[in-house]
Amino acid sequence: MAKWSRFNIVSIVLGFGFLYLPIVLLVIFSFNESKLVTVWAGFSTRWYAQLWHNQSLLDAAWVTIRVALLSATCATVLGTLAALALVRYTRFRGRVLFSGMVYAPLVMPEVITGLSLLLLFVAVGLDRGFWTITLAHITFTMCFVAVVVQSRLLSFDQSIEEAALDLGATPVRTFFAITLPVIAPAVFSGWMLAFTLSLDDLVISSFTTGPGATTLPMKIYSQVRLGVTPEINAICTILIGVVALGVLVASIVTRHREMQRERDERAAFAAIG
Amino acid sequence: MKSLGSIRRSFAPWADPTSKPFISFKNVTKKFGDFIAVDDLSLNIYTREFFALLGASGCGKSTLLRMLAGFEQPTSGEIILDGQNLAGIPPYRRPVNMMFQSYALFPHMTVESNIAFGLKQDGMPKPDIAERVAQMLKLVKLEKFAKRKPHQLSGGQRQRVALARSLAKRPKVLLLDEPLGALDKKLREETQFELMDLQQQLGLTFVVVTHDQEEAMTMADRIAVMSQGKVVQVATPAEIYEAPNSRFVADFIGDVNIFDGTVAATEDGRVRVETAGGVPIRMASSEKLSTGTRAAVAIRPEKIRVTREAPQHAPLNAAEGEIWDIGYLGDMTVFHIRLKDGKVIKASSLNAVRAVEDPLGYDQQVWVSFGEDAGVVLKD
Repeated sequence: MAKWSRFNIVSIVLGFGFLYLPIVLLVIFSFNESKLVTVWAGFSTRWYAQLWHNQSLLDAAWVTIRVALLSATCATVLGTLAALALVRYTRFRGRVLFSGMVYAPLVMPEVITGLSLLLLFVAVGLDRGFWTITLAHITFTMCFVAVVVQSRLLSFDQSIEEAALDLGATPVRTFFAITLPVIAPAVFSGWMLAFTLSLDDLVISSFTTGPGATTLPMKIYSQVRLGVTPEINAICTILIGVVALGVLVASIVTRHREMQRERDERAAFAAIG
Repeated sequence: MKSLGSIRRSFAPWADPTSKPFISFKNVTKKFGDFIAVDDLSLNIYTREFFALLGASGCGKSTLLRMLAGFEQPTSGEIILDGQNLAGIPPYRRPVNMMFQSYALFPHMTVESNIAFGLKQDGMPKPDIAERVAQMLKLVKLEKFAKRKPHQLSGGQRQRVALARSLAKRPKVLLLDEPLGALDKKLREETQFELMDLQQQLGLTFVVVTHDQEEAMTMADRIAVMSQGKVVQVATPAEIYEAPNSRFVADFIGDVNIFDGTVAATEDGRVRVETAGGVPIRMASSEKLSTGTRAAVAIRPEKIRVTREAPQHAPLNAAEGEIWDIGYLGDMTVFHIRLKDGKVIKASSLNAVRAVEDPLGYDQQVWVSFGEDAGVVLKD
């Protein structure tokens, strides 16, 4: 193993410092007794307790979760279908254009996506609110799902689908009995990605929202303009905790599955002698 | 169990003009863009036949199989199976099943559910499915592995699961795409015989695609040698080996020595060929060849004799040379003999006794010779 040179130590400290110092500060001050955000006055959980009495904050959280659940689910369906079309039907006209267009939102500035969606909703006369935010989130998270699922499909042995057809399963049954279960982990991580993207989106939500539909990031942002309160720190800490837990669980599950697989393969080879 | 020899020897429906083919390819062409994978091909396969499609990769053999399974549609021509035109029938409604080269086992299902999958699609009652699955597991000797997932099995076990799965529905025809390609040599040889026994036992028609000539020769009743989308020759393994109809087939199947030359004379059933290297050859031939046309004589290595003394019929069907290389394979020895004109001839002799007094050695002057029925005369 390489020795810890002074250079290595410095770069690690700098890297982690830049990434996590603000977050650590935020977490620490969420447990601050004082109402002043920058002055430490002892440990307390009173801001967490107070969260439960802040109805507008809870409403915003509820809207956010509903939008995220709904949009992630729709985006996963659409993104998976797009990925299937792109990987399977390689010979249709305009495929390059289509695949480029699916990925465009990945690099499109959010402001432009938000603005164009706003213009569209105004043009068709859709009342802005919960549904427009959801639609907008589906639009921009779909391409992320497509990317994740597509990379899984590229390494997918298509002959297992042919085998299912050969054994008498219709194409629809083949999809649900064979294709979907095999690509399920990729579809699930696509859903997780879409869910988190939707959860913390501010720009596109701001453009497409209407009265009565305020998401948590929007709420936090508007409150911060009036001054940071320890309550905000508290809710942010909860968000960080939820996201960190999700990432942790996902990685443990994948790791466990890999280890299980390795063990099985070793057992199989041992059985042959 | 009864030996299969007697059944095999008398089995030759292709020679009987009254028997109806079970599978017919009629002028089938398949194009992928500009590439012609299968070129105006016609072929008949009979019930209970073990039929092999043999050829190098890209010769169209797999495309032919995939058209039979329904994964590809012919560009033109038709495929008839048991009197039914298969055009427009999707793979899931065809009475054929396929064993895939990669085995294509469903990775998320146990061995049991893999085998049961096809039966479930047919809506077979549950107890019947369980019974059939148990039967198939017994057939391929995998009873103990019913609850395993494919990645918990060895290559040979996976191959047997794939076989059981494709046989579970009792298809009229079983298609096998390079069924033994992923197995090691020893296992492959064992499995070849297992497959043959299975085919006889179940009385099914097997169509196997392979690039391995030994595999095709061992297993098949008849072989179709394919090249560039066309069938070059369809015949029994013995006919293909002993009477190839073209230089391609002679060269593709086994080792062969080819003498190029021109026809000097024809006399009742025999042809005299004047070869480029100056070896005069007289060979039995049923081909109608006129004097002066180009021809080639193909002779298998094991039909060439190597002797120290000149044979009596020399210089006809004989040539002098020196031993260039000796390959000792245990059961036989392969000699490479360099003739005067530089042509290298392969000859092999069976080591029927353990020790030969004064064996042939390197650089020795020897004669190679062959009988008048040792080879075939091929039109160029």
